[in-house]
Amino acid sequence: MAMLDRAARALFLSELVSGMALTFRYMFREKATINYPFEKGPLSPRFRGEHALRRYANGEERCIACKLCEAICPAQAITIEAEPREDGSRRTTRYDIDMTKCIYCGLCQESCPVDAIVEGPNFEFAAETREELMYNKAKLLANGDRWEAEIAANLQADAPYR
Amino acid sequence: MAELWHGYLGPGAWIVFKILLIVVPLLLGVAYLTLAERKVLAAMQLRKGPNVVGPFGLLQPLADGLKLLLKETIIPSGANPVVFLAAPMVTFILAIVAWAVIPFDYGLVVANINVGVLYLFAISSLGVYGIIMAGWASNSKYAFLGALRSAAQMVSYEVSIGFVIISVLMCVGSLNLGDIVLAQRGLWFAIPLFPMFVVFFISALAETNRAPFDLPEAEAELVAGYNVEYSGMTFALFFLGEYANMILMSAMTSILFLGGWLPPLLIAPFTWLPGPVWFALKIALCLFVFLWVRATFPRYRYDQLMRLGWKVFLPFSLFWLVVTAGVLVAFGWAPRLAG
Repeated sequence: MAMLDRAARALFLSELVSGMALTFRYMFREKATINYPFEKGPLSPRFRGEHALRRYANGEERCIACKLCEAICPAQAITIEAEPREDGSRRTTRYDIDMTKCIYCGLCQESCPVDAIVEGPNFEFAAETREELMYNKAKLLANGDRWEAEIAANLQADAPYR
Repeated sequence: MAELWHGYLGPGAWIVFKILLIVVPLLLGVAYLTLAERKVLAAMQLRKGPNVVGPFGLLQPLADGLKLLLKETIIPSGANPVVFLAAPMVTFILAIVAWAVIPFDYGLVVANINVGVLYLFAISSLGVYGIIMAGWASNSKYAFLGALRSAAQMVSYEVSIGFVIISVLMCVGSLNLGDIVLAQRGLWFAIPLFPMFVVFFISALAETNRAPFDLPEAEAELVAGYNVEYSGMTFALFFLGEYANMILMSAMTSILFLGGWLPPLLIAPFTWLPGPVWFALKIALCLFVFLWVRATFPRYRYDQLMRLGWKVFLPFSLFWLVVTAGVLVAFGWAPRLAG
């Protein structure tokens, strides 16, 4: 009987027909993809994208050159040099991130005691040359100024879970 | 001068006009078939498909064509250049030439010959040559293996296609494609000969090297099959030929089983649409099933493919051929042959 059943199924192509019915139903389902450059998907506040150095509201840079991020960076992508400024405060003279080494683990922002180095929501920073991905302090501060609103909102949204 | 025009130039120009009237829409159809394929596959895989070039991506085929046209045609140093360049032309020309006998409406056909079916069968068999030549002339193992697979596959499935066609011919009593369509005025052959219709359609998939029988271009094993070494326009000719063959097989399915240019019922709302429109709609339906099958089924293994062709379809179609003949004789339905 089982053999007869199998033979009938094979002869009437029942499996093939049910498979085709399934793909036909899928044709009318909602699409899983979006028109990427025109529409973008939602991002979590914890999203770890391009790095930025933040400033305080008065314009003073947050980083105090404690070098915790440099120490913890597993890819050793961060290079910091520091000197006391004229007013005696401790500040970086050099803050470089090699974005080609960075693995976007987020340990730098975890380790930062003053929320200076953060990974912002920007992920569209593809460059045409390798040199453009060697970020220096000026570039990182410029990123901070550009993305401050989004970064601050994300930090606040994530604060209860930290 | 007038004699020259009426004797030779006029009829010649008229034939060229008729040929252009078929070939231009056919090539447009091929171009938009590629877009339709990508759209249907995308829809069935929950994607959007091409929608950036022009409204709904409608200019995508033109962009693709332009890209292929501007690309360099590379001839490998180990290849035989004459055969290498002839192969895509053979494939393309054979795919186009077959359309000479396809009737688009009553009497609307370039060459109304009495052996239309035989002509179509011969032309589609010749299609193997383009592929064999391509595989052989490329002097590359992937191309060669792809060509061998393709040739073996096309030859195997042609046998059962032959039996299916014979059973249709027995019901009609003529090899003229127009007569075959007219014989379906009462009932399309897809209904009484349903098993043969299914066998024909599946064999048509194998004949055109479409999924799930696209072994000749099994990407995972053979890179791309017989056309690995081709680029630019030579590749485009293969591509056009392959898709034109798909349209041709759909047209054959429509003519042999789905009543060609005839509307589904010969009553008022259906007869308002002209015949060629019905014919195009039927071809489009068959092509949609081609794409639908591609989106649904995984590729056959090579031995399974051969088993299906020789051990299942061949005996099955032979059996149904005998049954059809028996029924026709037993009930006296066999068509009376003229002369």
